[in-house]
Amino acid sequence: MKNNHDLNQSAVSQPDVIVMQTETPLKKTLSWLFENKVMLMFAALCIGAVAVSGNTVGFVLGNVLIRFGRNGFTVLSLLIPVLAGMGLNFSIVIGAIAAQTGLFFAVDWGLTGMTGMLVAFLITTPLTMLFGFGVGRLFNKMKGAEMIAGLILGYFADGLYQLFFLYILGGILPVRTNSLVIPGGIGIKNTIDLTGNMKYALDLVKLVDLVLALAVLLAIIAIIQIVARRKNGQPFPVKTLVLLVLAALIYGLTFIPAVGDYFRTDRLPIVSTIEMGAAIAVLYAVWKLVSHKLRPDGKFRVRRCLMIIGVAAALYASTYIPLVYSIIKNASIAVLPFALIAGLCVFNKVFLSTRLGQNMRTVGQSQVIANASGIHVDRVRVIAMIMSTVLAGWGQLIYLQNLGTFATYGAHLQVGQFAIAALLVGGASVQKATNKQAITGIILFHTLFIVAPEAGAKLFNNAMIGEYFRVFVSYGVIALSLAMHAWQRKTKPALKLEMPD
Amino acid sequence: MSNTKQTIQRIGWPRLIIGLFFVLLVIVSPVMGLKITDVFSDVLRRWSMFGILILAMVPGVQSGIGLNFGVSLGIVAGLIGSTTAIELSFRHGSPRPWTDLAFALLIAIPIATLLGFLYGLLLNRVKGSEMTVSTYVGFSVIALSNIVWLLLPFRSGVLIWPIAGEGMRNTINLEESFGGLMSNPDVVAKMPTALHWLAFRVGGVVIPLGMILFFLFMCLAVWFFLWSKKGIAMSAAGENELFTQSNAINVNQMRILGTVLSTVLGAIGIIMYAQVFGFLQLYNAPLMMGFQCVAAVLIGGATTRRATVTNVIVGALLFQGILTTSLPVIKRLMPSGSTLSEVVRIIISNGIILYALSKTKGGNQIEK
Repeated sequence: MKNNHDLNQSAVSQPDVIVMQTETPLKKTLSWLFENKVMLMFAALCIGAVAVSGNTVGFVLGNVLIRFGRNGFTVLSLLIPVLAGMGLNFSIVIGAIAAQTGLFFAVDWGLTGMTGMLVAFLITTPLTMLFGFGVGRLFNKMKGAEMIAGLILGYFADGLYQLFFLYILGGILPVRTNSLVIPGGIGIKNTIDLTGNMKYALDLVKLVDLVLALAVLLAIIAIIQIVARRKNGQPFPVKTLVLLVLAALIYGLTFIPAVGDYFRTDRLPIVSTIEMGAAIAVLYAVWKLVSHKLRPDGKFRVRRCLMIIGVAAALYASTYIPLVYSIIKNASIAVLPFALIAGLCVFNKVFLSTRLGQNMRTVGQSQVIANASGIHVDRVRVIAMIMSTVLAGWGQLIYLQNLGTFATYGAHLQVGQFAIAALLVGGASVQKATNKQAITGIILFHTLFIVAPEAGAKLFNNAMIGEYFRVFVSYGVIALSLAMHAWQRKTKPALKLEMPD
Repeated sequence: MSNTKQTIQRIGWPRLIIGLFFVLLVIVSPVMGLKITDVFSDVLRRWSMFGILILAMVPGVQSGIGLNFGVSLGIVAGLIGSTTAIELSFRHGSPRPWTDLAFALLIAIPIATLLGFLYGLLLNRVKGSEMTVSTYVGFSVIALSNIVWLLLPFRSGVLIWPIAGEGMRNTINLEESFGGLMSNPDVVAKMPTALHWLAFRVGGVVIPLGMILFFLFMCLAVWFFLWSKKGIAMSAAGENELFTQSNAINVNQMRILGTVLSTVLGAIGIIMYAQVFGFLQLYNAPLMMGFQCVAAVLIGGATTRRATVTNVIVGALLFQGILTTSLPVIKRLMPSGSTLSEVVRIIISNGIILYALSKTKGGNQIEK
């Protein structure tokens, strides 16, 4: 939670700096409303649909959290191509296809649980890298048409995938597990049941294991830092020492029986999540304040730290309100998928400040300028595609292990469609997409998905109308967003002439 | 040598490969024990069936909006026209095939014109990204039409689900309406003798002459239009916007004209498709139809900037020819491979679109 919050502020504050000097608070609010019109419209639609459907907020929240853990990673895999100016990556379908191939072999070899996931992961990763490389090379031949090309590439890849799974597997390549093959034929069955082998393989990872892994990771980072500093003859870093102590402390915490029981779970109730999130946020803010005291920094904003503490406290206090508590008491989140999603958010954020991230941003803004400043444009674009495809592949693994059944010829078809629609619902555009928009988008889109059929049934006496309506929304929002983007791009050159930067 | 090279270049490698593949399939099918007359019948039938839908691509490409993936708009208009015509006959009380066909066209064309006009206005505002936008406009329209099919207050038992009593069926049988009027010899046989030329058998080959003539008539109409003053102005608008503007031609108007024509042809196309097929397919059936049309015209030799009537006739023959001949051949080769033909269709149609996009550096997209 802390990181998202952090990120929102910095993402919003940059353009605001210029705006604030000339605009009154009223104008600022209006422009904020205008900028977030898509998101706000959907928020209103969702609230209306929830109210009409007659579902309790608690039920919707529980389901949204399940779907968030399932789909979040894939949606976040879309951000890097947007940064590189390649638009919405419709070809993440290819990442999903690679993941399904990996998972299929893991099932076929009779692997279960974490081992199976690991093998699937080991097959998926190189495969997605290879595919991403190919897609990137192809997109470099079609600059400016990446989206339509990506869409069609997805369909094309689906054709090859069907060829592979229907005719080559079982026909030319042998399949070990006979129950996976269509009875009396060749090719793989329509659905592969993951129950008993890989269902919930990631969801069931316990918090304690995660904490231990975190402690080990922190310790390794600290040791590397110390060794590196020693070699350069620099003074012993205090920060690193604190890191090491923190790692030891976390490790030690798990040995306290009360805390250990608390950690020995795979589903974290949302109440505890808020408690923990608030505690971490407060710790983070205090740590920032302390380090500011030790080594003052000109750009440091004390008010922000105080605000974090305030928000955390308010959030924690709100769990004591009976109404809020009754909504959230039954909801819980799967530990590892959410940790991975949070990790990807942090990665997306940190990546921006790396050299490669900056290069990508430059390429995204203008390929001509990027080229002139010595950036290998085509290479950066290929890297962006590789990263996105790999992440999408992992996202599909998370999705399938949570779903528990694997529709061999259907699971990947709508991946790009729904992920992109979710991202756009959150207010992202073809040129700009942030973690915050992705997260808001997933929540809104899936809320609508959960309640639309029942809302349709209540309003029109026909559940199918709600069903079709949500499909219409997912297509419509993409059409709208693409049209608005093209519209803006057309009027942009005129603007550039007026205000040379 | 150089002559051969030139010829190959003029025909183009993809067409040459696909053409040879088609010829090979035709040769192979009698060897596989299939009746060559059936193969020819099927090819003729599918060729005339898809022809007009593929023809709808030409005005779009020529006017500069690129490959019109949004032809679904016209398809939906055609479907609305057909269903309304059937419902009108039901209210009238007796089946009347020719009236149905006429009404279907009469209702569909104004709707298609209106939709095409609005669509053209949109496409004028998104110059340079027409293909991406039109794909998703097409998808959205199909999704929206799904809701319309559920809500239209039709009562004909042919149209709506019998048990629920509301909402239209997925597939509507046209046996009592305009199904096969110009293409099915069995249907034609029940008509007066003067009309028997519409469809007949020659030595076992079914010749849907009525449908073929209608298709060729439409092709001719489009061809004449393209060579008229208006048509040349429209093609010029697609070719070079600035040049056309400087010759006092309103480019945006020409693009709207092209879009409207494309949409109207789409509407006529789907009605004729249904006429030959014998069924109307609602809901998500037409979702990917635009892609098939685009692929066919590209196989016929069109690019994202240029498309001619010849491209349509050749493309329809090659694309539909391969699909119709490959299915029975594949079935003989491997009995369990019933869906392989569908897989081949997906690979060929999307492969050719990708190829065309990569050839033209993103078609008519603006380079950044």
